[in-house]
Amino acid sequence: MKSRLNAILDALLPLLATIAALLVGAIMLIILDVNPIVAYSALLNGAFGSSNALAETLVKATPLLLVGLGICIAYRGNVINIGGEGQMIVGAIVATWFGLRYTNMPGWLMITLAMLLGALAGAVWGGIPGVLKAYFNVNEILSTVMMNAIAVQLLNFVLTGPMIDPIQSEKASQIPQTARLEEAYRLPRLVPTRLHLGALIAVGLAILVYFLLWRTTLGYRIRSVGQNKFASRYAGIKVERYVIIALMLSGALAGLAGVTQVYGVNFRMITDGSTSGFTGRAGYNGIVAALFGSLHPILTIPASILFGALLVGANTMQRVTQVPSALITALNGLVVVFVVSSEIWRKKRQQKRLTVAIEDQVFDEFSNEIPGHSVEEAS
Amino acid sequence: MKKTKIILILVLMLMLIFTACAQQTPVEEPDVEEPSSEEPVEEPEEIEKLSIAIVSPSSINDFAFTQSIYDAMLALQEEYGEDTIDFVYSENMFIVDDAAAAIRDYAASGYNMVIAHGSQYGSSLQEIAPDFPEVSFAWGTTVDTFGQDNIYAYEAASHEGGYVNGVMAAMLTESKVIGVVGPVETGDAKLYVDGFVAGVKATDPDIEVLVTYINNFSDVALAAETAETQIAAGADVMTGTAQMVVGAIGKIQENGGYWFGTQADQADFAPDTVVASQVYHWEVVLKEMIGLRSEGTLGGQSFVANLANGGQVMAFNPNIDIPEEVMEAAQAAIQGIIDGTITIELP
Amino acid sequence: MISDLFSLTVLLGIISSGIRLATPYLFASIGEAFSQRSGVLNLGVEGQMILGAFTAFYVVMNTENLLLGVLAAMGVGALMGLAMGFVSITLQAQQGISGIGFYLFGLGMSNLLFQLLVGTVETVSGFPKVPLPILSDIPVIGKLFFDHNILVYLAFLLVPIASFVLNKTNLGLKIRSVGENPEAADSLGVSVSKVRYFTTIFGGAMSGLSGASLSIALLNVFQLGMTAGQGFIAVALVYFGAWRPWGVLAGALLFSLVNGLQLWIQVLGINIPSEFAVMMPYILTIFVLTLSRSKYGAPSALTKPFEREG
Repeated sequence: MKSRLNAILDALLPLLATIAALLVGAIMLIILDVNPIVAYSALLNGAFGSSNALAETLVKATPLLLVGLGICIAYRGNVINIGGEGQMIVGAIVATWFGLRYTNMPGWLMITLAMLLGALAGAVWGGIPGVLKAYFNVNEILSTVMMNAIAVQLLNFVLTGPMIDPIQSEKASQIPQTARLEEAYRLPRLVPTRLHLGALIAVGLAILVYFLLWRTTLGYRIRSVGQNKFASRYAGIKVERYVIIALMLSGALAGLAGVTQVYGVNFRMITDGSTSGFTGRAGYNGIVAALFGSLHPILTIPASILFGALLVGANTMQRVTQVPSALITALNGLVVVFVVSSEIWRKKRQQKRLTVAIEDQVFDEFSNEIPGHSVEEAS
Repeated sequence: MKKTKIILILVLMLMLIFTACAQQTPVEEPDVEEPSSEEPVEEPEEIEKLSIAIVSPSSINDFAFTQSIYDAMLALQEEYGEDTIDFVYSENMFIVDDAAAAIRDYAASGYNMVIAHGSQYGSSLQEIAPDFPEVSFAWGTTVDTFGQDNIYAYEAASHEGGYVNGVMAAMLTESKVIGVVGPVETGDAKLYVDGFVAGVKATDPDIEVLVTYINNFSDVALAAETAETQIAAGADVMTGTAQMVVGAIGKIQENGGYWFGTQADQADFAPDTVVASQVYHWEVVLKEMIGLRSEGTLGGQSFVANLANGGQVMAFNPNIDIPEEVMEAAQAAIQGIIDGTITIELP
Repeated sequence: MISDLFSLTVLLGIISSGIRLATPYLFASIGEAFSQRSGVLNLGVEGQMILGAFTAFYVVMNTENLLLGVLAAMGVGALMGLAMGFVSITLQAQQGISGIGFYLFGLGMSNLLFQLLVGTVETVSGFPKVPLPILSDIPVIGKLFFDHNILVYLAFLLVPIASFVLNKTNLGLKIRSVGENPEAADSLGVSVSKVRYFTTIFGGAMSGLSGASLSIALLNVFQLGMTAGQGFIAVALVYFGAWRPWGVLAGALLFSLVNGLQLWIQVLGINIPSEFAVMMPYILTIFVLTLSRSKYGAPSALTKPFEREG
């Protein structure tokens, strides 16, 4: 009974930390002469206040979850993938190109193919840093940061040139966007809101990733390479291969996130010259969501929803109270810092429980059972 | 242990749903409530009370694109009074998807007019506008209304001001090399730069114009270094567009050259360097929309802010002693563009 | 046209661009190298930089005191470093992610404060160029290397100093041992958390200084979001330099020189799409690192919180 209470407390921790951060934010609001109660009720309302608001939250959460799942895999393999932005963009470019190039296909076929292609492109974009890390000792933080910048320029290039909307290329304004996908190719909507099938696919993939990590040999090897490279090599695991695979899977999921943004939300690609205009910073925010979910695929589902709600609600709050949008960015940062700091309480309690069973192997078994086990192991 | 996990997830899910429902039941209020509380009555002939919302990609004091629309709203308020025009804004909506949510939300919250001030918002507007037949939408900068009768489109003929700037620049350069710093080669920036180059070439085809797009709207350091590079390559007169050019202005100032501005009057920023700026006065086109709206036309037309209608104005910096013949050439160019004797050849 | 690239003007232009562009990277990357050598990964450099840039700008705008501006920027950076230290050392939080939080916080705060306190883009008179006596009179080279503002010299001077401190002093030994083997360091009586606090605070101060070098020395202006991702590049360059100040210098120069080169490629009208020109520094940095097959590994305790056994 007690352990159950503990587990519930653990799971609620990110929520409590978020509330704490918002309380600090309340001081900032008061300084700006805004009533925090009005502001936060707008936030809550904007995130959950109506079926449409809830749908928007889920739409926002979808790419966070997909990227976050990739982060779960990467972290378990002890690689840090901050290239989600670039992987999303490349996945989306390839899938969009395919959807515009081949017309008159049955919708389900196109959507399936586009998703596969997008995931493949993301895997390649993530695989490059993987290969560089495994065989050339190039740190993945460096290469993924650089690959993000390269992907943006690629996006700028294809949207101002080869893939520009034919209507735009004739006009003086030349808006850098592709043509719209035909109706049949769009992801089906679930209810009469913008909520699309991608959300369900993401949840399905979360379960799949869970099984992959804890019920398959591949997952076992990724985790064991992540935990101890040397021991794994000694045990006959080809370490390099699993580093690459972890980054490729991570990239594939981010690539898929890019595809759902095009096929489910915008139906075309648009650039504003930066990464975030298209990705909505999901490549970074997905990392945060994964951590909110303690780097566990299943827990990343509610974590993505929580973080998505925060992003959607904060924008509503800006509209209602007319605070500068910069405050929203700062508040967002505070929430991340608070949530990530709150982990210590979970760890402390876990350690208490762990004193009973110290050994690594037992620990591994244990992590299998308790969602959101120690972060230490993953880092 | 397995159960714990399932229970836990269920609890979390339930929590979320509860919050959702709890929020849903007690009357829809906060965000819908405020400005729309008094439903504006349609009063033809006179300007109705208007609640306007602006959604824009950068910051209202970006010294460039977004500031131009914000200043226009202040000008409108000045003219009609704050009682008649009341406006709100969401800035920094560079995430297209967030902008779409903002546009929809403002429309649903009772604003009469929603201005989507970014060409990247068009696709979203096309979807949203049909759901709110009572609301006027304005989309800039473009000419496309999608054939919908509640969307206005507006754009600036920025090549016109660019041309005038180009004519002056061509006459002021001594090295016969002119530098241009651009963000991404598209939209308003491309139009301005192409017009500028046309103006230079029309005045003196032998002048070399160095155009560099740095593919970025915020990297001030790179813009500054681009200016250094162009100056090293001989440029003594420069121009550029978007918010990061402040870095470039500083460099041409250090080197004692001239700068030509666009989007906002940049003379205050570098009083000894900025010769002239092309300034947008969106209020000119917005007034037309507002007028049409009070007569019952909610959209369906497109407007161009240009030199002829005063939506675009050349602001000459009084601190700089502009040679008479240069000033005359500039005025002649303006006049020529207005009466159509000058046609600007765009690539 | 390609042959134009090899003229003296172009070569000098590229080098002087490289020197200027490298300056902010040097400050931030060396600070970050220190904190990583002690085992703390700070991904929030970008946030510290932009808040530092704003602080320096704001102080100089109001007091016209450049030294005060630099100190204030370093102070704000150090405060952010202290917060980062508290979160990652005392609270043992996941470092990569808390860094992202600090990045967003810094970005938002600088933007908010700028809107509230300044309002419109303005210039300040920042550090002037100081030609070094005698040295700056050397033909060609003098103008290139010895005619910059003080912060540029300082950034390059920081490299040998940092290298000396890390490798030859007791403090450096402590930093390295805490990053490689905190348990051993601890057993020898070195306070792991004290050393790590020191390096994160120092790293923060350096990032703040890096921001100041933009806003009151190289550009003399503050614009929203003006660091434009340079903080992330600075972190990447630490990996390029294999946590060594000289390596960081090599990385910062390579990246910046190629950036200077791509600007010249565009100015000379060499016919490649501008997007590909802009990509060059990123691609080449990866490429060079790949070829160099660095044998150095990361500090063993990097990103690992330390807790005393028992």
